[in-house]
Parts: sequence; C-alpha cells; structure tokens
Amino acid sequence: MASRPSLTAQEIEQQLDNFLDVEFSFLKTAGPATILAELERQEQEYIISWVQRVASTNIQLAYQFITQAVDALDSMDKRIIEAWALHAMDTYDQTGLYKALEVIRNVHNFVQLSHERTAGAVFEEEVGVLAHFAHGLSGRKLKLAEADITYTDTETIYLPPLLARLPTPQQNFLLYKAFVALLWAQTRFGTFRAKLSDQLQQHSEPENFLALFQSLETLRLEACLARELPGLFRDMQTLKTSLAQNDLPAAYLPLAKQLSQPDTTAADVLRLTCEHFGKLQPLPPLCYQTNLQIEEVEACMAKRIETEKARMRVNLAKMLEEMQKENRAFEQREHKFDIKKQPDPTAPEGFQIELTLDDQPIAPPEEVRALSNSIIQDLGDIPDEYLVPAGDGEYDPRLFEDNKPDPDDVWSGTYHEEGAFLYNEWDYRRQHYRKNWCAVREVKITPVYDDFVNSTLHKYSGLVKHLRKTFEAMRDEDRLLKRQVYGDGVDIDALVEALADSHDGSEMSDRLFTRMHRVERNIAVVFMVDMSGSTKGWINEAERESLILLAETLETLGDRYAIYGFSGMARKRCEIYRIKEFDEPYNDEIKARISGIEPKDYTRMGFAIRHLSHILNEVEARTRILITLSDGKPDDYDNYRGDYGIEDTRRALLEARRDGIHPYCITIDREARDYLPHLYGPAAYTVINEVRQLPLKVSDIYRRLTT
Amino acid sequence: MTARVLKPEEYFIEKEPYYEPIGDEIEVFEAAYRQKLPVLLKGPTGCGKTRFMEHMAWRLKKPLITVSCHDDLTASDLVGRYLVKGGETTWVDGPLASAVRAGGICYLDEIVEARKDTMVVIHPLADDRRVLPVEKLGELLEAPDDFCLAISYNPGYQSVLKDLKQSTRQRFVALEFDYPGPELETNIIVKETGINHDIASKLVKFAHMTRNLKGSGLEEGASTRLLVHAAKLITDDVSPVTACHSAIAQALTDDTEMLVAIKELSSSLF
Repeated sequence: MASRPSLTAQEIEQQLDNFLDVEFSFLKTAGPATILAELERQEQEYIISWVQRVASTNIQLAYQFITQAVDALDSMDKRIIEAWALHAMDTYDQTGLYKALEVIRNVHNFVQLSHERTAGAVFEEEVGVLAHFAHGLSGRKLKLAEADITYTDTETIYLPPLLARLPTPQQNFLLYKAFVALLWAQTRFGTFRAKLSDQLQQHSEPENFLALFQSLETLRLEACLARELPGLFRDMQTLKTSLAQNDLPAAYLPLAKQLSQPDTTAADVLRLTCEHFGKLQPLPPLCYQTNLQIEEVEACMAKRIETEKARMRVNLAKMLEEMQKENRAFEQREHKFDIKKQPDPTAPEGFQIELTLDDQPIAPPEEVRALSNSIIQDLGDIPDEYLVPAGDGEYDPRLFEDNKPDPDDVWSGTYHEEGAFLYNEWDYRRQHYRKNWCAVREVKITPVYDDFVNSTLHKYSGLVKHLRKTFEAMRDEDRLLKRQVYGDGVDIDALVEALADSHDGSEMSDRLFTRMHRVERNIAVVFMVDMSGSTKGWINEAERESLILLAETLETLGDRYAIYGFSGMARKRCEIYRIKEFDEPYNDEIKARISGIEPKDYTRMGFAIRHLSHILNEVEARTRILITLSDGKPDDYDNYRGDYGIEDTRRALLEARRDGIHPYCITIDREARDYLPHLYGPAAYTVINEVRQLPLKVSDIYRRLTT
Repeated sequence: MTARVLKPEEYFIEKEPYYEPIGDEIEVFEAAYRQKLPVLLKGPTGCGKTRFMEHMAWRLKKPLITVSCHDDLTASDLVGRYLVKGGETTWVDGPLASAVRAGGICYLDEIVEARKDTMVVIHPLADDRRVLPVEKLGELLEAPDDFCLAISYNPGYQSVLKDLKQSTRQRFVALEFDYPGPELETNIIVKETGINHDIASKLVKFAHMTRNLKGSGLEEGASTRLLVHAAKLITDDVSPVTACHSAIAQALTDDTEMLVAIKELSSSLF
C-alpha cells in the first residue's frame, strides 16, 4: 500500500491556526508549519495530535511544544516525547505556565532526567516497599517522606526524591534501603540520647565537630546493623566497594574496633569525638551518608516526650479503671505500677520490660506496649514518674489526641489542600489524568430536628407498609431443599418412592435427603445524593423523602447501606456530606441529617464517584452497588461542563466498575437519555419523569436491582 | 505403605507430642478437666493451640476428636444423622456424639467459622448439665466424667461476623495463647527441625519483623508454625531467603508490594 502523501505546509498551518486560536493569540504558525511539512505523514499526524492535546491545557505551551518537538523527534523515542509532553502539562497544573515552559524548553534536561529515572530509583515508586520495610524493623513506626536532604526527625525518615548515583535501578534501590536502615538505626540505637546540642554550643566550629561525630556514629551504627541485619550490611559493603569507599584511614582503625563493641552507646561516641576533635579529620561522606538535623530532632522529641508521658499516665489510669469495672472486689486503695527489667540480649537496650501492678505482672494493652517501647527508645528507660496513673482532669485530652484538622476550618486557614483527599481527574482533550486535581473533603451535615420524617412517613404510610411487606419477602429465609444427594435429614417421601421403585425392579434414586439451604444477601450499597443548587425546592424534598422511605425499607431488609451527599465549587472545594456511614445505625440523628440535606453549589461528579468507590471498596461484601440520585448533567464552575464533565464522570464510573462496583443512576433529568447510556451503560439507569414519583420509585428500583 | 484407618474415638496419641508450655496452661487445663469444665483456647493462628490439645490428650490418655469448623458446618454434622442403608434408615453418630459416648476430648477448632445455629448445640454440653440432646433420636446423651469439650477461637479476626457470642464464651474456662518469647520460640524451632540455633534465632527475628507489620499491611504476622516450615526447608538445603519467601511471605499475603518488602527484610537478615 502506498503511503499517504504528506500534508503541505498550508494544510498544517490551517490546522495549527485552529488549535492555537491564532485569531486571538496572534501566534505565527507559518514557521513551524514549514518545518513540519518536511516530515512523513504519520509523524506529522503524531505531532499535530499532541499539539492539540497540549493546546487543550495551554496555547503558549503548545506553541513552544511544536518548535521543540521536531528536533526532539530525531533524538528521542516517541514514548519519551509523550512523557515529556505529559510532564509539561502536569507541571503546568501544579506550578503554572512559567515552570511548564521551562520543561518544554529544557528538553535535553528532561532527556537526561528520564535517563536517570530509568537507571535510578524513584522515591514515589519505591515508597510502598520501603515503608513496609521500615515498619517491619522493630521499634517506633517510622513514616517516610520526600525531602532534599536525607535525615530523620525520629518520627519520619526523609529521603531524596530520586537516587541515580549508581548505574542500575537495583543498586539505587539498595541505596534507599541502606538510608532507611541507617536512619532507623539512629532512632533505634539511641543516637539522639547523646547530649549533642550541649556540646555543639560549646564549640567554636560546630560543623566540624558534628561531622566528626557523624563519622564515628556511622561506624557504630554500621556495627549495629552488622549484628541486626547482617544481610543488608553485606550489601552495604558491596555498595561501598563499588564506589571505592571501603578503606578506612589508619587512624580510624582502632576506633572502629572500639565502636563495634555491642555495648557502645552514642554517649561513648560523643566522648570519643571530644577526645579526638582537632586531631582527626572527619571521614569523607559515604554513599549512604545521612544528615543530622539536631534542631528538628530535638523539637520533635520534646513534643513527643511530653505527650507520651501524658498518654502513658492516662492509659495506666484507664487500665486501673477497667480493672475496677471488671472486678468489683478490686480494692479502692492505692495501686502501684512498676516495671521489671528482664534481660534480653536481642533487644538493643539489653532488656525487655514487664509491667507489674502491686508486684503482679500484668499484660498491658497494645497501645501501652507501643508507648513504653517508644519511651524507652527516647530515654533508655521508663522513669518512675511515668508510672503514676493520671488523676482526673490532670491532662487536657487535646494534648494527646490526634487533632485532625476540622474540614470547616480549612477554608479559614491557610492552605486548601491540607488534610484533603486528592483525586485525579480525567481530561478527555489531553487523553490523560490531571494529577491530584480535586481536593475532596468529608463534611458533616448539620442535623435538623423537625417534623419532616414523621410527616413523610405519615404521607406515605400506605406505601411504607407495602414496601416493608415486599422487602420482608426478599429477606433470605432458610429453604428446605428436598431430594438432595446428601443432607441433614431423610426425605421420607423420596425414600418411600425409592423403595417402591426398587420393589418394582427399577432403579432407586439416590436423592433421598433434605437439606437446609441458606441464601445470604451480602450487599453493600452507597447512595450518592446530588446536593447541587439546582435541586432546590421540589427535587430536594423528593430526594429527602425517597431517602427516608429507602432507609425504612432497608432496615427491614438488613442490607448494609451508607448515604452521602455531594456538591462542589471548583476543583479545590469538592465536598462530600456524610449523611449515614456504613457502621452507623439508623437513628434520630441520621433522620435529622436526612432532614438537613439542603441544596449547596454545583454538580461535580467524578470526585464523588471516586471517593465513594473508595469507601465502598473497604467494605467486605459480595455485591457492591453505587446508586446516584441526580437531577442533571455533571456541571461545575471551572470548565467542568459539557464533554469534559461527562467524560470525567464516565471515566470515574469505569474505574468503579473495574473495582467490581455496580454503578446505577436514578435521575429526574428528562434529557438524561442523551448522555446517561454513555455514562452508565444502556441498562444501568432510570429516568423518572415526574419529581413527585421519585419517593415511590426509588425503593422499587432498589428491589429490582438487588433480586 | 498404606495409611492407618482409625475410628475417631480410637485415636489415642501414643507418642508424646512436643510442646513447650509458655505459662501454667497445662496445670489450668488439667484442673479444668478434673472439674469437668469446658475450655476455650484463644490465640492467633499457628501459635500452638492444636499442638497443645494433642499434648493434653496424650497426657490425659484420652482419644482426641478434632473437628475443624467451616461456615457450612451444621448441627447434624456434629451430632449425627440418619442415613439410608439397604432400604432402612440407620443412625450414624457425628464426631461430637461419638466423643461424648467414648468419653474422649472433643476439640472444635476455629469454632467461630461454624454457623451461628451450630454453636448453640454445644451449650447444654458446656454448662453443668453436660448433656447432648440428640433431637432426631429423641435422646439425651449424658457425658461421662472423662469427656471434655474444648474449642478454639482466634480473636484476631476483626470481623463482626466472626465474633464469639457472649452466651457461648461465658461457659468456658479461657486460656490465652500467644507466640512464645524469642528464646522459647527459637528452642521450639530447633527441637522441631534440628536446625542450628543461629538460623533459628534469625528466623524468630524475621517473624518479629512480620509481626511488626500486622495492622500496617498484613493481617497476621508469621506464626510459629510457618517458622517451623521455613526451618524444615532450610534443613533441606533451601537458601534461607528463598525459604522465608516460599514458606512465610507467600503464606502471609498476596500483595506484591508487601511481598517485595518482606523479601527485602529477609535478605537484610540472612
């Protein structure tokens, strides 16, 4: 087959003018068009289609893209060009045009970076494994985060975003692992128990002192790792050898020997540092050299030590209280907690503690055990004052409860995205996701205690009765199956017949038993209720009435269900209203919340589907259903309308289906037939013509859907 | 070689099963047995509950009848049922009924797995009446003094569906089992498999690492049973990292990321 002729410069110019809106942007496309005209048709089309996709994000960006892309086509393979364009668009989303243009212009830098990424290890990709790895090591659970310098503040391990120092990804991953292990060892083997900051203040050259301390401390920690994780230690040695960092200066050798004794502590290292300071040069940094951020460590530790003391004492008080509740005979006199140290050579401190109450050993709950371990890690011991149960009201509970940011405060606060769930959104023009585009928050609904529920039940009393009856019939009753091959009882009718048959000379059936059969309904359903401004009035009332009827009938059925409302105003303010969670019982509070559902802002649907799918996925059930009650097309303030909104919603529904969720939509939008089949598929929606019918229909639809 | 065929009530344990007591569970069990009290064994999987029962059956010289409960276990599976034989119906005792008749130890393993209605049939046996009503025969089986009922239960399953009802659990003397301390666990592995002490203690350390992961990605940490499996593989010349991967990591989870992480942990240790 002859290849199609290339497009002429004029044809290309026309297309580009169209994508780049030259009428308004006054960009000159004739130049790039002539260059493009020299390419093969296939390559022309490839670049033009990417120009179109980039132009949907920003026109300037697309213009820069054409001028670079032709050059790039020679030196890069298409996969990398695509990654480059997507990276530029992501950068635009996150930090704006200026940075994005830089990405486009620095194409060679990107190539370099992408080479590094293929040979290197990327934090984002490895963090899952590394986090599990860190949790598996003993002691306080450490979190992992990205930062430019590698250090730990004793609660979080900070690692660089990309490691490409070594030639292969495996080796670079090993480097990450070594970092994690070494920083873990700092917290586990008491590096921060040494009074380092006091010493540093006394010195005229604190940097050099710190560097020497670090050199020596690393030697000690390496020895600890050699004992604790010999396999990893071997790998670390190989890393050093490959970078020719294996040789210790002669002056260090006796010190290294001394520091490898199991009972050396950080205090010893500090002492040695003082002794040798000025005489010994710090070692050159190793490939897995970590940093010490003493100030951050101290701030973090000071805060933790205070709250842990409070939590320990409050927990001990709680334990006493529980024992008194369980055992009335437990006397009301003074009780004394104490700890006993059991020698244990495998623990870094050389002992295990055992909690005793009035000299009797007791088994502390998991939380107390974790707390005491963490305290020992900081202090090396549990001081006596920690073991005095807290008196009533001695501590402010806010001190030790995790204070989650209140979603309502976020808007008055500084940064929109803090504490929010972030979800991707599908951009159909870009044919790619916009990363972490929607900031979603779960918001409480203010319960309204009024007569709405009772009047609804009264209004539909006939229907409620009818619904209860039909739903009761759906409840799984045990069925006695007859004529089974095996079972609990003998089916006398079958037996008599079989005996008659055998007298007759014909073959005797072996189906002679009865068996109880139980069909379990194992359904979890989430109702996603449109709370956009357009539901104001009739629709809102119909929605609330439907929810009341549904809840009443679902209670008789016993299916697990949750109800959430959704609404939003632009991508940074996507809100999910908690009306009923899965494990909340249907009570007056829930009724009042249903009654308190009110129209809010716009209908952005993608994030709601994604968030609720996420919630549904955490529920164990054989069938998971997501039912949307809606009054119209997806629509939001910032371009989330028309095809964009529909395509993102469709994408979110596809993701849900891929996770095994059955989405269904009930709508009162009469034009819905135009777009719903595209979103939900031909059989997964119902259009209700009359708002008033909604309460009558919803329960009925649910019944049909689940039998 | 052919397998031995035994009736459940004739299953006497002849050789002493190896068991290391962690606390005073043997004394408590014996006292409960003398006082005719039923026993509930609590604890995570693979920490030695079943081994303990075998050991006690050996000690008390009683047949041990074990029923592993599953979610389709009905009351007649335990008590017995009529079968049709040559045009007549004949009654066949279930394991619970034969244990009562024979005066043996009936051990219902993982009792919460059984259907709720099944659990109720053990109630009259588990209080001071000590009778098993056999409805279909219209009989009451009174348990002899030698009979003992024991059930096991893993409180680690945090599903509401898999919780033991108060009316059931409040009939039993409860013994709590947990993984043994590091030293004891090392000894157990050495005794069971004959592996050298150094590798056994590393295996125990590895088990602790996986137990640290409980709740942050793993449902359960590695049990003593899994450590014994791994040790057996190692004594048969499998490399420790491979043994940990096949015998422990793969048994714990299917999550690829977790598997990689566990492999990293084991390769760090050995």
